[in-house]
Amino acid sequence: MAESTPLIIRTQRTASALVLAPQGEIATHEAPTMQQAVKEAFESRPAKVVIDLTSVSYMATSGLATLVQAAQQSNKTKIPLVLCGLQERVKAVIDISRLTSFFKIVGTQAEAGV
Amino acid sequence: MNSELQAQSREPEVAFTLATKTAYLCSVRAFAESLAIRMGFSHHQAGHIVLALDEALANVIRHGYGGSEHERMSVAFWAVSHAKLGQGLRIVIEDEGEQIDPSNVRGRDLDDVRPGGLGVHIMRQVMDDVVYERRPGRGMRLTLVKLINSQAPVCREC
Repeated sequence: MAESTPLIIRTQRTASALVLAPQGEIATHEAPTMQQAVKEAFESRPAKVVIDLTSVSYMATSGLATLVQAAQQSNKTKIPLVLCGLQERVKAVIDISRLTSFFKIVGTQAEAGV
Repeated sequence: MNSELQAQSREPEVAFTLATKTAYLCSVRAFAESLAIRMGFSHHQAGHIVLALDEALANVIRHGYGGSEHERMSVAFWAVSHAKLGQGLRIVIEDEGEQIDPSNVRGRDLDDVRPGGLGVHIMRQVMDDVVYERRPGRGMRLTLVKLINSQAPVCREC
């Protein structure tokens, strides 16, 4: 686990998607920041939302809850959501929670169609 | 299983108290990972221990103290051994928050996909033993056990 630093979320808008790229850990303390970023992402009405988790070293269930909320916003708005770049520990939390099939998960931003 | 575990010393290897601030949980996670690896757990297992402990402390803050940042909780780490299953780590978390009936502590139905409520499920999946108890007077005690030769559900699937 990397030394903890405040969660930074980079946002990149391309022709095909809005990419959220959080960096750091997403646990109880950081989840509200992620939740707000997800909310703003869908409100900006992009063609697609991609959450690139390549630089997320740890995720608690509070962080996972923000991804579930993102999926619910995706269903509500019909804006596709894709997750990519999951590190082993982040993938493990999703697997243990039996939510793997709930999300569209790919390896890279390119595979996510960015 | 707890009754079959022998602590390797009378006192915990490490014990501390901390304020119920979510901002401090990152420090606990970093410490617990370092200690677990030093006690012989793999990085994979240490990740499970960190996850369970983090979820447990977050639950104390959220449910035991209603989100208050001005309370205290304690964490103690014990090296333990089991006659048949070998060595491991016991973590005891105590608070003075709201008491609940331990028999009512259960993970929610995973088919009901919604944010939140997964912490107890995660703990039971990655740890060998998870025991909630009421403390005398007030507060709760949670004991988490992880064995190096773990038989936790997630580890059996590995």
